[in-house]
Amino acid sequence: MCAMTSPRSLSEVWSEAEVVRKSFPHSFSDQIVTDIYGNVEQITKQVLSKKESKRYIFDQRVDDVVTSKWFGYPLMLLLLVIVFWLTMTGANLPSRLLSSGLFAFQDQLTLWFQWIGAPAWVHGILVLGVYRTLAWVIAVMLPPMAIFFPLFTLLEDSGYLPRIAFNLDHIFKRSKACGKQSLTMCMGFGCNAAGVTSCRIIDSPRERLIAILTNNFVPCNGRFPTLIVISSIFIGGAFAAPYSGLVNALAITGLILLGIGATLLVSWLLSLTILKGEPSSLVLELPSYRRPQIGAVIYRSIIDRTLFVLRRAIIITAPAGALIWVLGNIHMGQESMIAYLAHYLNPFGQLFGLDGFIVMAFILGIAANEIVLPILLMSYLSTGYLQDFASLDALRTVLVSNGWTWLTAINVLLFTLFHWPCSTTLLTTNKETGSKKWVLLSFALPTLTGLTVCFLLTQGARFLGLV
Amino acid sequence: MKKTQRIDPLADLAPGSVCRIVSLELSGLLRRRILDLGIVPGTLIRCIRRGPSGDPTAYLVRETLIALRSEDAAQISVRTLLNGEECV
Repeated sequence: MCAMTSPRSLSEVWSEAEVVRKSFPHSFSDQIVTDIYGNVEQITKQVLSKKESKRYIFDQRVDDVVTSKWFGYPLMLLLLVIVFWLTMTGANLPSRLLSSGLFAFQDQLTLWFQWIGAPAWVHGILVLGVYRTLAWVIAVMLPPMAIFFPLFTLLEDSGYLPRIAFNLDHIFKRSKACGKQSLTMCMGFGCNAAGVTSCRIIDSPRERLIAILTNNFVPCNGRFPTLIVISSIFIGGAFAAPYSGLVNALAITGLILLGIGATLLVSWLLSLTILKGEPSSLVLELPSYRRPQIGAVIYRSIIDRTLFVLRRAIIITAPAGALIWVLGNIHMGQESMIAYLAHYLNPFGQLFGLDGFIVMAFILGIAANEIVLPILLMSYLSTGYLQDFASLDALRTVLVSNGWTWLTAINVLLFTLFHWPCSTTLLTTNKETGSKKWVLLSFALPTLTGLTVCFLLTQGARFLGLV
Repeated sequence: MKKTQRIDPLADLAPGSVCRIVSLELSGLLRRRILDLGIVPGTLIRCIRRGPSGDPTAYLVRETLIALRSEDAAQISVRTLLNGEECV
């Protein structure tokens, strides 16, 4: 109107426009979106013809079962058990083949090193250190991941996974977190680093951070072997043959539930303290069920997940392998560096019902959780390189002769469940959050939880004279 | 076809019933997400089912099934349609 007569600055016009815009709080932008959708509707009406599909009815039938009050939860649990069972039993044979193949190649490497006349320490660091540790991690880690991730992606592709979030959301709502966190936890069972990456599916930054920081509270594939072995020796093994398997399965399930409980509790505490703010919400799309596309499943699970995680693990494990060999083979007086450090750490470990060697194994195991038990055996037997165990009985003998009681075993189980994330996960957390502060917190939360739980249990048991 | 003039929150809708969105009282990130999904004034929405514990609830909008929590659905006003005036 007056623009012709008195020229005004752009900022004046801008502020006037802002005043006008703010006088219609939402309706203006709503109108734009509504118009866009109106246009789209008209266009689709003209160009799209569809037949009445039976698909919707099929989806409804499946959802009637999958999200029902009675079948919903048991079905989820059953699927979880099936996935674990397939992963663990299926990984056995390929793991054994891989490790025998890779360790046979280690002997060949040794021959070549001798042939070129390499000094013993070069052979030690490169072959017994770097190569052996890498071989170990690949043999133990690759087969379960190559089974778990495709199974998980299969469930994802079929459209079932969002139903898990749908079923469990009310529990996460109570912890002021997002129901989609249940999916990132499922992913964490496979690998916590992959779990942390999967937190991208959560829209709200606050809820995403909660999910990232608590992902380590569910045990990953790398920790399951430790949990299973220790629990079958000390918990399942305490019962007579027909019951030991069942008791063991119950113990593992109990530990998983404990981890889930801790996730919810810590999520809730975080929402009350440092991650207060915007109220949580959920907008979850429940896609149609469909037949999984095998090609896509294999590509996504093997390339995106398995190899991605393995590559990161290898980058970190290689130098860690060298370090472990050096610590195991440099002697200070009578003992290796590991033994020396372990004795130094022993009083600290004893407070929590562990010992110095166990603490040391967990510290070195930051490279990858898979190598905690092999490091522990290596230091107990002072062999200088990672040790395999011949049988559960042989392992039991070694552990008991090093002063393990049922309390030590339970503390090791609890500490396996609740301790710092492995370096791959820490690296991923750094990448996802872009801040050292959150990495530090993701380190501290499970560690403090584990130390508290072990301390209370140990001191309580000692006070009551149970040990 | 007769329409009821009553305005209700979406959360009060019983499974099976169809309604038309009147307005959104949501704000921030959630408002954006809801608008992005095409839940805008005038859209038809059908309540499909509740979760096993009664929350969240799945709604059918534009042939897509979307789950919302009751707190969030309570901030969306709708007008219930009688006799299923139009089907979603």
